[in-house]
Amino acid sequence: MAHAISSPASISGAGSAPSDLAIPVRELAPWLVLGALLALSVLVLISSVQGAITIPEGTAIHEWVHDGRHLLGFPCH
Amino acid sequence: MRGLSTRTFLVHGLLAGLLAGLAAFVVAYAVGEPHVDRAIALETGAADEAAGAPAPDGHDHTHEHAAADGHSHGEDAAVSRTTQSTWGLATGTLAIGVVLGGLTGLLSAAGLGRLGSLRPAASTALVALLGAVSFSLVPFLKYPATPPAVGSGETVDSRTALYFGFVAVSLVAVVAAVAAARRAMHRWGAVPAVVAGLATYVAAVTVAALAFPKVDELGTFPAGVLWDFRVASLLTLLATWVVIGAALTVLVDRTWRRQAAVEAQRAFAASL
Repeated sequence: MAHAISSPASISGAGSAPSDLAIPVRELAPWLVLGALLALSVLVLISSVQGAITIPEGTAIHEWVHDGRHLLGFPCH
Repeated sequence: MRGLSTRTFLVHGLLAGLLAGLAAFVVAYAVGEPHVDRAIALETGAADEAAGAPAPDGHDHTHEHAAADGHSHGEDAAVSRTTQSTWGLATGTLAIGVVLGGLTGLLSAAGLGRLGSLRPAASTALVALLGAVSFSLVPFLKYPATPPAVGSGETVDSRTALYFGFVAVSLVAVVAAVAAARRAMHRWGAVPAVVAGLATYVAAVTVAALAFPKVDELGTFPAGVLWDFRVASLLTLLATWVVIGAALTVLVDRTWRRQAAVEAQRAFAASL
């Protein structure tokens, strides 16, 4: 067949400009909100809990992720 | 049809992040841990010398003070060094890898079709690059990683606030840069867009870097160990981002090619 369906030329030529692929903001927003909040929570847990943030009591979490804090560039002591 | 949906991007991102976390662990363990151990040995040595007396720089890491501080690095630590350098380290790199990978996936979904005429693979790679630069590399230039024994427990609050404050400014700057680039793209084209984006980001983070205070708690810590540790830390961050960017780009490109092939087939069938 003259229609080579797997060649890159026909992919871009299949009548779809990149902007046609854009996902509507309405569809994206809830994922981004939850994703950002979740990312922030994990970031705080790994980087700052029982360090800069002194809750919860104790040092077990701090000790456990200690090397990761230093090597991932988060302020630690 | 299952194509490049938000779900696809998130799944690809989480997978890329998992691989990145593993890669970061391997690099951190192989390249970084020897220097962490050297730093702790220096700290413990200094503490033993100054036994009973506070360390000259007011550092509260000595064994005696560690009891009050509830935090020490030696073999008497609550979590053993072996555990810290293996399971503990892996916990940190995997969690950060998955979170950064997933978020990069979602942001790539937002960037799809919105970054000039870039195709999905290229726009995804660009989003990962912007993430690496704004979240890790530029903040590292201003507030580089410090080994154990550098940085006091008393200043960890302010150091953390400064670090994440700078990261926040950097992230806002990169969002502003993308907005400026898209406007310039609309009016003048691709090259002015790249220039406008770069200029916006560089200007914003330069001002921020000059405005944010310097943190210097090195004391007499040996420069050689510090340099080796920082290179290892940078390599860990680079490993994370390179794997996120590469794996996510490959996965997105594969999905897009499949989607395009299906669409082409349908278009062909419809034309019969």
